[in-house]
Amino acid sequence: MSAIDPIPTPASGSAGADIAPDAVVARNLSLIYPAADKPVVALSDIDLTIRRGEFVSFIGPSGCGKTTLMRVVADLATPTSGSITVNGVSPHAARLSRAYGYVFQAPALYAWRNVQRNVMLPLEIMGLPVAERRSRAARYLDMVGLGGFERKFPWQLSGGMQQRVSIARALAFEPDLLLMDEPFGALDEITRDHLNEQLLQLWNRTGKTVIFVTHSISEAVYLSTRIVVMSPRPGRILEIIDSPLPPQRPLDIRETPAFLEVAHRVRVALRAGHSYDD
Amino acid sequence: MTTEILRLPRPVTGSRSGPLRDALPVGVVVLALIALWYGLAVWLNAAQVIDRFANNDTAWTVRELVDATWSMERPVLPAPHQVAQNFYETVFDTAVSSKRSLVFHAGVTLSATLLGFLMGAVLGIALAVGIVHLAVLDRSLLPWIIASQTIPILAIAPMVVVVLGNLGFEGLLPKAIISMYLCFFPITIGVVKGLRAPDPLQLDLMRTYNATPTQTFWKLRLPTATPFLFASLKVAIATSLVGAIVGELPTGAQAGLGARLLSGSYYGQTVQIWSALVMASLIGVLLVFLVGAVERGVGRAMGAAR
Amino acid sequence: MSRLRPTATVAALLLATGLVAPAGWWTDGAAAALALIALAAVVTGLVWRGSTVTDHGLAALAVLAGAVAPLLLLRGEGPFGAEAPGLWIYVAGWLLFLWSRLDALAHLPDSTTARVLAPVLFGLALLYLWQVLTIGFGVPQVLLPSPAQVGTALTKRFDVLWLDFQQTFFKSVLSGYVIGCGAGLVVAVIADRFGFLARGLLPVCTLAGAVPIVGIAPIMVMWFGFDWQSKAAVVVVVTFFPMLVNALAGLRSADAMQRDLMHSYAAGHWQTLLKLRLPTALPFIFNALKINSTLAMISAIVAEFFGSPILGLGFRISAEVARLNVDVVWGAIAIAAVAGSLFYGVIAAVERMLTFWHPSYRT
Repeated sequence: MSAIDPIPTPASGSAGADIAPDAVVARNLSLIYPAADKPVVALSDIDLTIRRGEFVSFIGPSGCGKTTLMRVVADLATPTSGSITVNGVSPHAARLSRAYGYVFQAPALYAWRNVQRNVMLPLEIMGLPVAERRSRAARYLDMVGLGGFERKFPWQLSGGMQQRVSIARALAFEPDLLLMDEPFGALDEITRDHLNEQLLQLWNRTGKTVIFVTHSISEAVYLSTRIVVMSPRPGRILEIIDSPLPPQRPLDIRETPAFLEVAHRVRVALRAGHSYDD
Repeated sequence: MTTEILRLPRPVTGSRSGPLRDALPVGVVVLALIALWYGLAVWLNAAQVIDRFANNDTAWTVRELVDATWSMERPVLPAPHQVAQNFYETVFDTAVSSKRSLVFHAGVTLSATLLGFLMGAVLGIALAVGIVHLAVLDRSLLPWIIASQTIPILAIAPMVVVVLGNLGFEGLLPKAIISMYLCFFPITIGVVKGLRAPDPLQLDLMRTYNATPTQTFWKLRLPTATPFLFASLKVAIATSLVGAIVGELPTGAQAGLGARLLSGSYYGQTVQIWSALVMASLIGVLLVFLVGAVERGVGRAMGAAR
Repeated sequence: MSRLRPTATVAALLLATGLVAPAGWWTDGAAAALALIALAAVVTGLVWRGSTVTDHGLAALAVLAGAVAPLLLLRGEGPFGAEAPGLWIYVAGWLLFLWSRLDALAHLPDSTTARVLAPVLFGLALLYLWQVLTIGFGVPQVLLPSPAQVGTALTKRFDVLWLDFQQTFFKSVLSGYVIGCGAGLVVAVIADRFGFLARGLLPVCTLAGAVPIVGIAPIMVMWFGFDWQSKAAVVVVVTFFPMLVNALAGLRSADAMQRDLMHSYAAGHWQTLLKLRLPTALPFIFNALKINSTLAMISAIVAEFFGSPILGLGFRISAEVARLNVDVVWGAIAIAAVAGSLFYGVIAAVERMLTFWHPSYRT
């Protein structure tokens, strides 16, 4: 029955923008992987609305379905039941209209293309003219602080720089929605802090919607406007925590009581999810 | 240069994930190939058959044409069932001691293949152990072994047979030497690669135990090399078979599958050639399968997954 | 340096013994002089601790002079062979000394010079030993000609062998190679598009690796005649399977994340093929191209054993073997070897250019 529900568009706050649909609306979403012994419930009864311009983090222990949920949004996985829309249409249609850029756990750069041509890859596939490809690659490489590295090959860059290239590649075709799946998980903490700060500035400047998967509490709190706490077996949403922190966040905001308060709430929620599993 | 060519293919062994899952597609492909073979037989043999009909002034239907192309005495391409029939007759209905028995010829080739393979394996492994432990051999000999992979060594076969014949060696040994000669190269290179496969951390661990080179060899290098060894043994045994068959060509040998191919081509006995080919293929597949079975046994003994 | 001394000392002793033992050194002044120079150089290197340069200089002098002396001696009347033990003891000493120098070379820090010099010296030493042994023991040419005899045969019959080479390489090998590899690649791309076909073809074609395909040569000769077309046909069949199997594996080697990336761009099958799967498959394709370069040469030559016009390296080998002109046979083999190595080398160079990004080439 949920599948035929009209799509609710709360679109509170922003006046006049209510024509634009929400970035992601999921209702009663479930995904069950069939397995020989016992089917795995990767997602169970997910209800979630992500408005435009939000920065939403999915956090939870491994196996809680945070990546799966993101893959459903990206049309890389298909839900077994329930409904989901991305920008008001099905994930499939959204993918075909190139609605989102996906940043993976690893940079997933093509070793045979230099930095510039890696960023231009989606633009080639989408058939943009050459001049436009070049100027966009230059613009977004500048934005992630990699101007001047166009001719380098991925393997000549550090891990952090490679991940920045992959962010530039996701931004290059100017999608409204940025899906980031533990993009900084493999990096050392110093690089990670630096990239978190840059990402936040980028989000402030461009006003894109960002969905961010992480298992770091401080990363989630530092970056997000809302934090979705998830729990495994079955993968479900435990709690959605709104962050009272201001949009402009210097790195040392992480030592303020307000920050620690939110982090504490996230930790308590995560612990609640764990208590009856292990 | 050295390391570059040592980036050998880890041989592509078919998908081991689901033999049953692939049964249907494989079956379809095999059936399609057989159908194609029958079709080709009609197409290639038709001209001769039509000539014969024309000479006899007989009218013919398509049905008769097809039947005739599939049952010729010396067809350009024999139909699969003709080959199967000849194969069956020469394998099961002929005394094994007879020169017309395919089992006899297969046995001759098989013994040369196995002897050559054995010698090649011993030589190849010994060389590899030497190369890994002696810097001189590594620097001076290995480049030549690698380079010799790029030259058509099989060209030497006729000469080996003739020269050894002049020295009084005939029959089995010259062929086995050609096989050995062909198959020690892949084994040496595979085993060198395998003996060097342990990662630096594992070697460092042995160093922290103050292990001797011999201990490191038996406890670390050899177990790591086993998959590489078997991969190259599979290549080598197939190569060894080719060597044995080619070794039978130049002297006009009377026995062996190569001799069967040669006499078949002299007398236009295409069916005989094809059934010799089928036998050679069966032996090749069987030998590789046997090496694979030993590999799985060893793997199980060493606690490998699956 | 000190670790070389035992070997070099034994080498010096052997050289000295060889000079004293009967070999007829003193009938040939030049040979004796060079042998003495070599011995002197080895001993000086042992006793006198000069700089590295003088050390290398003395070693080079010892190796060179030591190599030439037996050659000069062997120009004489003899008797040699077992009746000249001094000669062989001397050669053994020379070999041992060379070994000690090669060992020193192998323990030098890795450099291009060391990497090239060691195998070159080793190869030359083998050739040299071959020459000295065949001449010294008077091995009949029918059994094993000396390298010098092979060289003479090669120059004398070069025009014929050159025509043979053109027939075998340019006509049979190249045409068959291009068609076979091309067909293998095309079928791999098609099979990759239809998973069912790939799953059916892969096991069958992998099996073909265990089959002595060269055996189809007599059939191809019947179908396509004695000229190069039948050899090219054999080459086509032989090169087809490795290419198909490798290319198919290569097309499937792109990792899941990179395929997801293309999926997220809503890229079509052919776009993914062109931009992702073919580049990832390139190292595999080159692997097949390299395997096939050798296979093609071998198959063409073996196919010529089954009958050919009066041209071709394989024909030359089998014909001259029958006439016991073993020196010409070795000449043909030398040409085939050089051609095979060059063929391989060219492909490896192109590979290096096109797959510079692959982990095995990165700098």
